[in-house]
Amino acid sequence: MGLLRPLVLSLALLIFGALGQVPAARAQHGGDDPVAAIAAASGFDELARAIDRLAVSGHPQALAVVEALRAGTLGVRAADRALLWRDGEGRFRDAATGAMVEGINPREVRPIRVNNRVRRSLDAALGALQLTSPDPRIRLAAAERVFRARDPEAIPALEAQIARETDPRIRRVMEGARAAAVLASDRDVAAKVEAVATIRNRYDLDARGLLASVRDQPPEVMDAAAAAIRAIDRHLALVHAAQDVVFGLSLGSVLLLAAIGLAITFGVMGVINMAHGEMVMIGAYTTFVVQDWIRDSAPQLFDISLFIALPLAFCVAALAGVVIERTIIRFLYGRPLETLLATFGLSLILQQAVRVLFGPNNREVGNPSWMSGSIELFELTLTRNRVAIILFGFAVFFALLLVIRRSRFGLEMRAVTQNRRMAGSMGIRTPWVDSLTFALGSGVAGLAGVALSQIDNVSPNLGQGYIIDSFMVVVFGGVGNLWGTLVAAYTLGIINKLLEPFAGAVLGKIAVLVLLVLFIQVKPRGLFPLKGRAVEA
Amino acid sequence: MTEAAVLPSGALADPPQAPTLLYLDGITVSFDGFRALDSLSLILAPGDMRAVIGPNGAGKTTMMDVITGKTRPDSGRALFRDEHDLTRLDEAAIAELGIGRKFQKPTVFETQTVWTNVLLALAGDRRARHAFRFGETAEERERIAAVLATVRLLEHRHRLAGGLSHGQKQWLEIAMLLAQDPELLLVDEPVAGMTDAETEQTAELLVAINRDHSVIVVEHDMHFVRALGCRVTCLHEGRVLAEGSIDRVSNDPRVIEVYLGR
Amino acid sequence: MLRALIGDRAVVAVAGFVLAGAIVIAFANQALPPTHDLHASIFAVGLIGKYLCFALLALAIDLVWGYAGILSLGHGVFWGLGGYAMGMHLMRLIGPRGVYGHPVLPDFMVFLNWTELPWYWRGFDQVWFALLMVVLVPSVFAFVFGWLAFRSRVSGVYLSIITQALTYATMLAFFRNDMGFGGNNGLTDFRELFGFSLRDDGMRVGLMLASALAVVLGLALCRLMVASRFGKVLIAVRDAESRVRFLGYRPEAYKLAALVVSAALAGIAGALYVPQVGIINPSEFAPTFSIEAVIWVAVGGRGTLAGAVVGAVLVNALKSWFTTAMPDLWLFALGGLFILVTLLMPKGVLGLISSLPAAFLRRGVIAAHPA
Repeated sequence: MGLLRPLVLSLALLIFGALGQVPAARAQHGGDDPVAAIAAASGFDELARAIDRLAVSGHPQALAVVEALRAGTLGVRAADRALLWRDGEGRFRDAATGAMVEGINPREVRPIRVNNRVRRSLDAALGALQLTSPDPRIRLAAAERVFRARDPEAIPALEAQIARETDPRIRRVMEGARAAAVLASDRDVAAKVEAVATIRNRYDLDARGLLASVRDQPPEVMDAAAAAIRAIDRHLALVHAAQDVVFGLSLGSVLLLAAIGLAITFGVMGVINMAHGEMVMIGAYTTFVVQDWIRDSAPQLFDISLFIALPLAFCVAALAGVVIERTIIRFLYGRPLETLLATFGLSLILQQAVRVLFGPNNREVGNPSWMSGSIELFELTLTRNRVAIILFGFAVFFALLLVIRRSRFGLEMRAVTQNRRMAGSMGIRTPWVDSLTFALGSGVAGLAGVALSQIDNVSPNLGQGYIIDSFMVVVFGGVGNLWGTLVAAYTLGIINKLLEPFAGAVLGKIAVLVLLVLFIQVKPRGLFPLKGRAVEA
Repeated sequence: MTEAAVLPSGALADPPQAPTLLYLDGITVSFDGFRALDSLSLILAPGDMRAVIGPNGAGKTTMMDVITGKTRPDSGRALFRDEHDLTRLDEAAIAELGIGRKFQKPTVFETQTVWTNVLLALAGDRRARHAFRFGETAEERERIAAVLATVRLLEHRHRLAGGLSHGQKQWLEIAMLLAQDPELLLVDEPVAGMTDAETEQTAELLVAINRDHSVIVVEHDMHFVRALGCRVTCLHEGRVLAEGSIDRVSNDPRVIEVYLGR
Repeated sequence: MLRALIGDRAVVAVAGFVLAGAIVIAFANQALPPTHDLHASIFAVGLIGKYLCFALLALAIDLVWGYAGILSLGHGVFWGLGGYAMGMHLMRLIGPRGVYGHPVLPDFMVFLNWTELPWYWRGFDQVWFALLMVVLVPSVFAFVFGWLAFRSRVSGVYLSIITQALTYATMLAFFRNDMGFGGNNGLTDFRELFGFSLRDDGMRVGLMLASALAVVLGLALCRLMVASRFGKVLIAVRDAESRVRFLGYRPEAYKLAALVVSAALAGIAGALYVPQVGIINPSEFAPTFSIEAVIWVAVGGRGTLAGAVVGAVLVNALKSWFTTAMPDLWLFALGGLFILVTLLMPKGVLGLISSLPAAFLRRGVIAAHPA
């Protein structure tokens, strides 16, 4: 093999130099059996030309031969120069007919070697052949392969298939592939300029790369290519911004999930709970415990582990919330600064308790299979776990809105927060409503913990990282207003992600904090303030 | 008192010619769609006393909030001494102009002594850099003692204000108003929670105060209002419902309908 | 004025105790031989020095929290800025004795391939300039922040949350290498101050005594402030801010003055702390540290000045003992302290003492206890 390389290189040089003459060569060999021509080919350039011809010959075994050659299983029997290939089970088949051939000694069959020039022909041929596949996915992949191969030989096959293609998306890719081939061909300037425009319309990095590699073309074509690259760059910048917005939405959902429970305990009840982040952490550790149990006892349940964890996390965190409310917070109503300090102490205790119980390091929480991978939407790539969190954030938000607006408990909760004494005298058990409201806020934080366990490290510090951001969201949105929290979470998420490319993650975060402080100068009560005399009380 | 007139909303096209102390024109304040004040107009001449009555939610306290700069009106004009636009000034500036206020719920500085409460209210330089002073001057001491004697709290001067009874707190707040010595006093429900005797004394006190100051009193107690012997304005749903002498207003059928009851 | 100064017996007692205690420790270290039973080790001197710096920080917090009702969860910013200003001076004093031997640039700048001293490092080789910055930088920072916050009438828990965000943002900023403050590692490897080696026992005793003096002077300054008419207005602002407005005062001016003085005190505390521990890094800006400092004040007794000093020393002594004896339990103890103090001891240790029948401290404590 070591000796072969210089030979291959010099051959390749020859072939590239002769590329322009390919159609002429093809005319000389016309009429021959294309399969036999492959067996007869001597040297890589002849082989490549033979493959080009096979691709457009319409030979029934063409696809099988090309695939075998790509896989390196095509060979020539020394005795009769018959073309044979081995299938998946190791049996030999005749290349011309596809029929099984018995009694072949593998040693007699000399495999056909390929080089890069041949490989490109193979890709183009495979593309051209697969273009007619009934499976649209194969057709699409084939069109992409032809686009990258840029083989003028594929133009007729492409044109034939473009006329037939019913799927508009695949047809666009095929038109791009044809344009790429035209650009590589010796067609006239007008056709090439038009081809540049067609390629530009893909608006992706492949098209940009292809256009950037255009060399030795007439000035009109070069100018068109340069203009097209600029257009693509503008488009890509837009796409990146859109992608940042999507990332921002995803971050916004995380913020929303972390802050929404706080919007209830702080926003609605006026209780400032610095241990809110630890309620989130409790939810995340509940997920860990559930998955741990599933791994040991019922691995088949792993894919639904989150659905088991959700109600459990809600209950565990809500229960913790009730205990906190009954033992600490109810003694501190009307003393927000003291509540802040007491609950901060509580957060220290909860973190240390988790550290002692589960260890100080990150614990492994897995993604179920349906949350791994990503999906493509237009030109944007979205990982499934982010999509799931965006949807989950909305689901939790609207469920909560429904509870507060429509349920009996929600009605009592609003009554108590608006006028405690009046609500009490109307027969509402206000301490009970306080406990349940706090439990609800904490439970929702537990739900957030399940979601965050999917994208963040599950460690004793999990909650601490979110508490400042969560308060910022609630303050920014306007205390006591769930819609404000929603808008604030997404606004902050998107601003953060849009700033990141310019400022970097840390400076972006600082900038957001400073902007918030300045914003409060203008609107001290947040985006959607409550008005009226009740606010002053 | 004869110059004082309350006209229907929007009827004031130009500032009046006679000198006025307080001039409210078309003041509108709304909270989330609810109109607390609906194009309210009111004029007070220097030296006047005015009682403002009306059912809960009529806008009495909101009117005081607008005059003292706590609430900014959505529209309308509020002029003090024909020259100062109250809607553009903050609370401290308005207080320095000479408008003092006593709150509906007595608000005194509970962790400080009665004496200190009055000292803080005493007219003088309010700027922080002039506040590094210790003790009081003889003049200040005299003034505080006099004010406390007026409201009968002199013997309580060393007590913490938080330890006073409800009525005593009301009087301490009035004492603070006196010490502040404003041109216009806004007094919100001064006799709530007082005995009949205390109510009577308070009325006498206010009438005495009115000799040197202009006063607006908000009160529900009609006996007290009658004892003040001044013009009465009845507010309803943010507008002026009736205005005039106590007899005229209390016999107005609309006032009876919405406020006094049959 | 003198009467105002000595009017609070608890403050006088604590100031006297701090001064006398520091002198006794200094004597026990310098004059008694190491074999003597009452000899104070240099470790003990350092520990006391640290506690005194914390006490000054607590005093600064008590001035704004106890008397102006501003619960700052971000005093670590002022403390840290003062500390960094001192640290920069100490860095410049290393001179060519650094690991890389560069005549001007501190080691970490050489490491980052910087060739020139950033403009904001200029002047820090001068003692007077560094000491001025120790006071000026935290004060200006507090002035700008306070002016913005008080002007828009942000108060209560909102203000607390914003101060917490502020210290968090500052921490993130100082973690960055290109800020030019040594990033993660901060400033360290100090050698000398005022021409004396920082490793010298006499120098360390001197720093401890200086800290004690700073606490006493801080107590005196704060006492004068709260006993003056300024202090009376400040307490009124704390208890009923809007009522004060209707009396014609501008509470924001009073709060701003208190905050700026408080920031300066915190900066001085941080500057005294840095040469005693030999390092300053962004962890001083961690939100947890600032909240912990608040609990010192709460433990001692909010709004008493003396309580802040007592609480800081008490809690930190407790911390020293816990972290050597039972390190895993310290956070439980600290957390429990937060809860216990707020629930059961709202007036702190000083309140507890003053409620004892024999307490002679009574008068001073009640004079200014918060609602």
